[in-house]
Amino acid sequence: MHYNSGDTAWVLASSALVLFMTPGLAFFYGGMVRAKNVLGMLMQNYVAIAVVSIVWVFISYSLAFGPDIGGWGLLGSLHFFALAHPNQTIPGYSGSTIPPLVFVAFQMMFAIITPALITGATADRLRFAPFVVFVAIWSIIVYAPIAHWVFDPNGWLFKLGAEDFAGGTVVHMNAGAAGLAIAMVVGKRRGWPKEPMPPHNVPFVLLGAGILWFGWFGFNAGSALGANVLSAHAFINTNTATAAALLGWILVEKIKRGKSTTLGAASGAVAGLVAITPACGYVDLWGATIIGLAAGIICALAVSLKFKVGLDDALDVGGVHLVGGIVGALLIGFFGTAAVSGANGLLYGGGLALLGHQAVAVVAAGTYSFVVSWILAKIIHKTMGFRVSADDELEGMDTALHAETAYELGGGFLRSLASSGSPEARVGVPQDPPLIDLSGKPGERR
Amino acid sequence: MKLIVAIIKPFKLEDVRNALTREGVVGMTVSEVQGYGRQSGHTEVYRGAEYQTSFVPKLKIELVVSDDVATEVVEAIVEAARTEKIGDGKVWVLDVAELVRVRTGERGAEAI
Repeated sequence: MHYNSGDTAWVLASSALVLFMTPGLAFFYGGMVRAKNVLGMLMQNYVAIAVVSIVWVFISYSLAFGPDIGGWGLLGSLHFFALAHPNQTIPGYSGSTIPPLVFVAFQMMFAIITPALITGATADRLRFAPFVVFVAIWSIIVYAPIAHWVFDPNGWLFKLGAEDFAGGTVVHMNAGAAGLAIAMVVGKRRGWPKEPMPPHNVPFVLLGAGILWFGWFGFNAGSALGANVLSAHAFINTNTATAAALLGWILVEKIKRGKSTTLGAASGAVAGLVAITPACGYVDLWGATIIGLAAGIICALAVSLKFKVGLDDALDVGGVHLVGGIVGALLIGFFGTAAVSGANGLLYGGGLALLGHQAVAVVAAGTYSFVVSWILAKIIHKTMGFRVSADDELEGMDTALHAETAYELGGGFLRSLASSGSPEARVGVPQDPPLIDLSGKPGERR
Repeated sequence: MKLIVAIIKPFKLEDVRNALTREGVVGMTVSEVQGYGRQSGHTEVYRGAEYQTSFVPKLKIELVVSDDVATEVVEAIVEAARTEKIGDGKVWVLDVAELVRVRTGERGAEAI
């Protein structure tokens, strides 16, 4: 087996870039919730990293990329359970120039961020332990099958000819549909939409969006699974679409309200990243620019839908990830070009075939994710209780679930004195004599 | 002795401080506060959702002065803080019963 060291190095580096997106997402979301819930949000994202890391290497990787069961393209077998046969060529990847374990690591980071994305829809109202259970099971019964259908060359949507370069359906539509399903099961936040629930730290949101943008180069350009021309296309397309979407979103704001906002800029960038994800290796510069612009404009308008239907998708996972994922997946049907890779779309002389395949993938992935996520959430809600008590919700996730507060604005010092014992004794500082003894002249200490 | 309390627009702090320095005032306490009067808040927009924010950020200045200069100090603050637009704030004056300097134990006007 001859592996290419350049390809291997790039995909390993990309894996680390994609992992970094989840902490970035945690801050993107964390800044948007109220101050009493920020640690709860960060914790859900970090625990998703931990839970999926374990579940992936033991079970769900094999279900997603193991040898296809029965040739139906629905699910992989447990052939790679607990990373058995680690050096065996992955079925359908015989031309791969990277070691299988590198592929395991790279795909793991996608499996991690997908359930993390859901947390935005259900912000500020999930109990912690049921959330952990949900993520573990969801990774196995929702993420792994859809990844197999779309990413695995033996999956039924892949064989059909549906194109998803880096996870527009598998990651973003999937997370968006699941987020809406769980938000329906657990209900809206108390007081929504009458009480104002504005972001508590907009700079965090922009910092998180920046980290996402940075990590997304691993997500998209890394999905070429090599350091080559295709990864370069994906890189440029990703950046161009993101820029166009940012401008599209703040333009909508300017026209509708007279002012462009920083939250809108961050949201537009993420909408563009989402929409270009499935398309980045299949479209040229024109396609990428139009997909980005369309996503920025459409998502900026879509985020108000939740008020019309009364569904508390707290941080707009539906409006940005589901809608953005659909926009990207369907526009491949128009802008796909064999000059980059894959099939030609409608505008490049390929007829309606590709658009049809994309539509099938959108409907299949969206429906499966929504239905199974809804059932799983309902079962957890009935058995464990998915939602925090009214008191805990009012108090906030941080103290109620995790016994911590994020900020001690001005009160930190006073609070340390208020607890029993002197501050030194409380934190356990050794009471050694000071290095310079000033105690003799208290009046002159400055 | 009088306690002068002034609520002003945050960006007027330096103007007020300079005016007070010219009046010979040597100290003050400033805190960030939020509130509303006839200005009654402002609107913020997050992802298209409008929020009516009823509390507007202001600064609160507190200082103790001797009776004979209180009127001039109040006048200085009012002049310096004024923009003639809505939300300029308020100044009020209270009698102070006792004042002690912690370091020396001096009392009354000596402690100002």
